[in-house]
Amino acid sequence: MFGWEFPPHIAGGLGTACEGIVKGLAHNGVETLFVMPAASGDEDQSATTILDASDVAVMNVSDSVDEFLNKVKFLQVDSNIVPYVNPDEYFEAIEKMKNEQVHETLVGFGQKFKFSGKYGANLMEEVSRYAQVGGTIAVQHKDEFDVIHAHDWLTYLAGIAAKELTGKPLVVHVHATSYDRGDEKHMDSRVLAIEKRGMECADRVVTVSDLTRNIVINKYGIDPSKVVTVHNAVDFSGREDIEVERGIRDKVVTFLGRITFQKGPEYFIEAAAKVLKRTSNVRFVMAGSGDMMNRAIRQVARLGISDRFHFTGFLRGQEVQKMFALSDVYIMPSVSEPFGISPLEAMRSNVPSIISHQSGAAEVLKYALKVDFWDVDAMADDIYALLQYPALAEFATKQGFDEVNELKWNNATAKLKAVYESVVNK
Amino acid sequence: MKKSICLYFQVHQPTRLRLYRFFDIGKDSHYYDDYANRTILKRVAQKCYLPMNELLLQAIKANKGKFKVAFSISGSAMEQFDRYAPEVLDSFRALADTGCVEFLSETYYHSLSSLASTQEFEHQVQMHKQAIEHYFGVTPKTFRNTELIYSDAIGAEVRELGFTTMLTEGARHIMAWKSPNFIYNNDFKSDLKLLLRNYQLSDDIAFRFSDQNWQEWPLTAEKYISWIKASEGDIVNLFMDYETFGEHQPGTCGIFDFMKAFASLGSKDGALQFVTPAEAAQKLESVGDLSVMQPISWADEERDLTAWLGNDLQQDAFNKLYRLEEKLSILNDPSLWADFGHLQESDHLYYMCTKFFSDGEIHQRFNPYSTPYEAFINYMNVLSDFIIRVNNAIAEK
Repeated sequence: MFGWEFPPHIAGGLGTACEGIVKGLAHNGVETLFVMPAASGDEDQSATTILDASDVAVMNVSDSVDEFLNKVKFLQVDSNIVPYVNPDEYFEAIEKMKNEQVHETLVGFGQKFKFSGKYGANLMEEVSRYAQVGGTIAVQHKDEFDVIHAHDWLTYLAGIAAKELTGKPLVVHVHATSYDRGDEKHMDSRVLAIEKRGMECADRVVTVSDLTRNIVINKYGIDPSKVVTVHNAVDFSGREDIEVERGIRDKVVTFLGRITFQKGPEYFIEAAAKVLKRTSNVRFVMAGSGDMMNRAIRQVARLGISDRFHFTGFLRGQEVQKMFALSDVYIMPSVSEPFGISPLEAMRSNVPSIISHQSGAAEVLKYALKVDFWDVDAMADDIYALLQYPALAEFATKQGFDEVNELKWNNATAKLKAVYESVVNK
Repeated sequence: MKKSICLYFQVHQPTRLRLYRFFDIGKDSHYYDDYANRTILKRVAQKCYLPMNELLLQAIKANKGKFKVAFSISGSAMEQFDRYAPEVLDSFRALADTGCVEFLSETYYHSLSSLASTQEFEHQVQMHKQAIEHYFGVTPKTFRNTELIYSDAIGAEVRELGFTTMLTEGARHIMAWKSPNFIYNNDFKSDLKLLLRNYQLSDDIAFRFSDQNWQEWPLTAEKYISWIKASEGDIVNLFMDYETFGEHQPGTCGIFDFMKAFASLGSKDGALQFVTPAEAAQKLESVGDLSVMQPISWADEERDLTAWLGNDLQQDAFNKLYRLEEKLSILNDPSLWADFGHLQESDHLYYMCTKFFSDGEIHQRFNPYSTPYEAFINYMNVLSDFIIRVNNAIAEK
């Protein structure tokens, strides 16, 4: 299994999902060998064996790099791109990388690459090198696995290399696509090309929702018969409910996530302004940061609601739990969300949630309230209803809590196991 | 007639807010970054207030009362002196005792209350007057508004409060062909005299003194005096932040020696005389009305209010704050009133300014926040807590 990150050091939801998947697979009797670009050594290896690509020398440098290039036409790139990062963060990332990134280390005859394993400046180069190392690892461990599983475009080339060199079946797992990250004009054509190639080379494409499955089929032109949806789940084990003292008597409606176009922050603000026209004992919180944050702040000020609409900036660790504990309504008005794990976390924290139909989570959450992201009137209605009608809020809270506790990785990975079996027995 | 030189220095320190998170709202009502306020005040006291006060005192003594200056010290600054560096108050007191130093009137909290509320404006002017009397034993007679903000209407209001002299900016768009080197009067009330800042000569000291790329660098007292003598008119008004001396212009660049020489040469020159604003108004007649329909200030290129009220963020914060005045007026709670005052300090709005391009440099220099958005979020979090306290106090009543 090729991943890019694994808890505890994660930048996004991908690492968390990978951990859930390997644990769930272990529960279903599937062993995994998890390859990542830069392991820290403090990953939980109870359910998988982690291989750090930075520790592996590419076999016999002089010949095999050429061989690699013949077999797998690697993209040669000289510029920096970033997949899940907004311009501000990109700039920060570059500044940071300048200080900490080790580009490569040459050790003896075999060539080792020191990966950063981040989402930073030299990403394209890292992706390409990861593929070479991935292929090498696959050959070295040829007798130990039956299926290759690659998560998101960053690892697709590694998956392809492994398949070419070993002949084993490839499953690519689509957690997000370029279409979720921005509009078509601003997509990175190189990322798009890698995504398409990965999906085409794969024996099966697993998507995290039907929404994503449709994108894979319609936008990438992939044969529907090989695209399978396995909805994400969430692992609540080890989670402690935290008690917080509330400083404010008003009800709190929370948005938590990156403040980017994809997440629909402006619709939430519009809806908040509408709710505030009807009722005053409510506050709205936008927790997180992102490239639309400043625009959001201006919008709030223009609407004259900044004494009732608060920004917290990026929340870390326990602060996220604290924010949920302070919330009465959670909202995820995403314009395009492959899955969206945050409402599951909110519901688990006994917060009734409103989510957009344009999210993968909407396919599995019966007890979340659902609206179209653009329908701010409906959104305002639902917020108002959850605030004003305790019967509704209590029902959504209780049913929602039970519902998300049933969304277990053990069940999701049973489906994944069936996908593996379908390609191994072919 | 001798040409008058009128020096006035602004002394102000904002009461900086601490990092106040959303999670603090309703729980913690201490809003101020006491550590930063103390550290900054002590630093500026060492680098500027104490050495410069001593320099001025010596200059007054050495020139036998011919050298004169004026100060406007905000209430917020006086509070911090009292708390963190009382020796600064003593040194101002020593200056007051020479009789050669005038202390001006302003709003206690260095606020924009003149733009928001007549009542609050008057209240703060009274408060400030009492503080000046308390600390320095003198009663202010000349008014200068926060950041030299002025309009016909504000001037008329100031006259209503009993003042006959007021300071403001010789803004180019107001003056047109007129020179700031004369006395003018308010358009509505002819008995309010106006002293206008000569921004060219003031900024030669305040902004350009240490700039080695400036073609006039290095500036000597002789050269500067020759410019003053060569300028037209009755009076040259040199108004600037007091922190210019030793803080904005570092002591190492020779600013102290310059001022010492300037005081001495100016006092000895038969064609020049130093005056305080009150003396200037007494000696000189107005040459005519000055019409200022829209408020002006001494800030930035625009010389208007856009540094504090130029964007949606600033306006929303401003409106939300002053909307509380009516509720507060029925509450007699000193701690609420003190916070209301400190939240009015114009600096908080200044930090939210988004005019990065033309004057960003000067804005950044005094800004504890890395972006105007951060400044806004922090301020609104504090204000939200304050609003809750006001509402609770009303409910209890």
